[in-house]
Amino acid sequence: MTAFWILGVVLVASAVWTIAARKPVYSVVALLLNFAALAVLYVTLSAEFLAVIQIIVYSGAILVLFVFVIALLSSGVQPFALGPNRLPGIWRPAAIVVLAGLAFLVFAVARAPLPLPPVTGPVGAPGVFGSIADFGRALFTIQLLPFEVTALILMVAVIGVITLGGEQISEPTRRHEARVERAMREAILREGKG
Amino acid sequence: MLVPIGNYIALASVIFFIGVIGVIVRRNPLIMLMSIELMFNAANLLLIAFARVWLQNAGQIFAFIVITVAAAEAAIGLAIIVTTFRPERFVDVDDVRSLHG
Repeated sequence: MTAFWILGVVLVASAVWTIAARKPVYSVVALLLNFAALAVLYVTLSAEFLAVIQIIVYSGAILVLFVFVIALLSSGVQPFALGPNRLPGIWRPAAIVVLAGLAFLVFAVARAPLPLPPVTGPVGAPGVFGSIADFGRALFTIQLLPFEVTALILMVAVIGVITLGGEQISEPTRRHEARVERAMREAILREGKG
Repeated sequence: MLVPIGNYIALASVIFFIGVIGVIVRRNPLIMLMSIELMFNAANLLLIAFARVWLQNAGQIFAFIVITVAAAEAAIGLAIIVTTFRPERFVDVDDVRSLHG
């Protein structure tokens, strides 16, 4: 219970920091905090494999990608502007709607406190809920089709990124080739004259 | 001792709302992408919490697939940002007008 409240405060605070930070680098740091707290929360929900995946994939891969892009885009460029408010007129009704929704949610939560059943057995042992052995077995037997679809999604992403980035790589090459071709043509012309 | 599921629902919705506000209000595409990641994570938290309630790991496997989709989305989104904003001197989504009708 205590762990949930501490992690909840950390999660909400870091999420607010993520969207409110002036510079994207601070957003990345806040998001890193958010992901770490979420990984701890996954452990308390006996999703051990997903906690590890959260750290490796999100904090290790995605956030590093963000940092790379920030470094790539902001070299020699002034800090990104915060920009003017995009919701000049409707922020007041929007805030009322959001607060009403959250109040309804808290009301519903207080009315129906469905408790979590306890997990019996040693943590992480095969056959106990949330163990990595069970997760892997389900992933490669019952849930094999979604797992294969995951591979397809990653394939599409890789092809998309290559398609998007490839043009940029080939642009200087194309210019270089044009320059070489022009030089050769001039050389041939000069030879024909001489 | 154990936290009821409602608390997880409330926490996940608060994080999701914060992500929505980030996407709507911020104009920096990087921070918009990070807000989308926040929303992915709120959905993941709910999936894992409900997997825990019913003691079925199908929810955890779906959360795993959501993480994969988030990784693909981040890769493609960042590639789009790099290809779009590299020639310009600043980063602002409202300055991208190539697809205006």
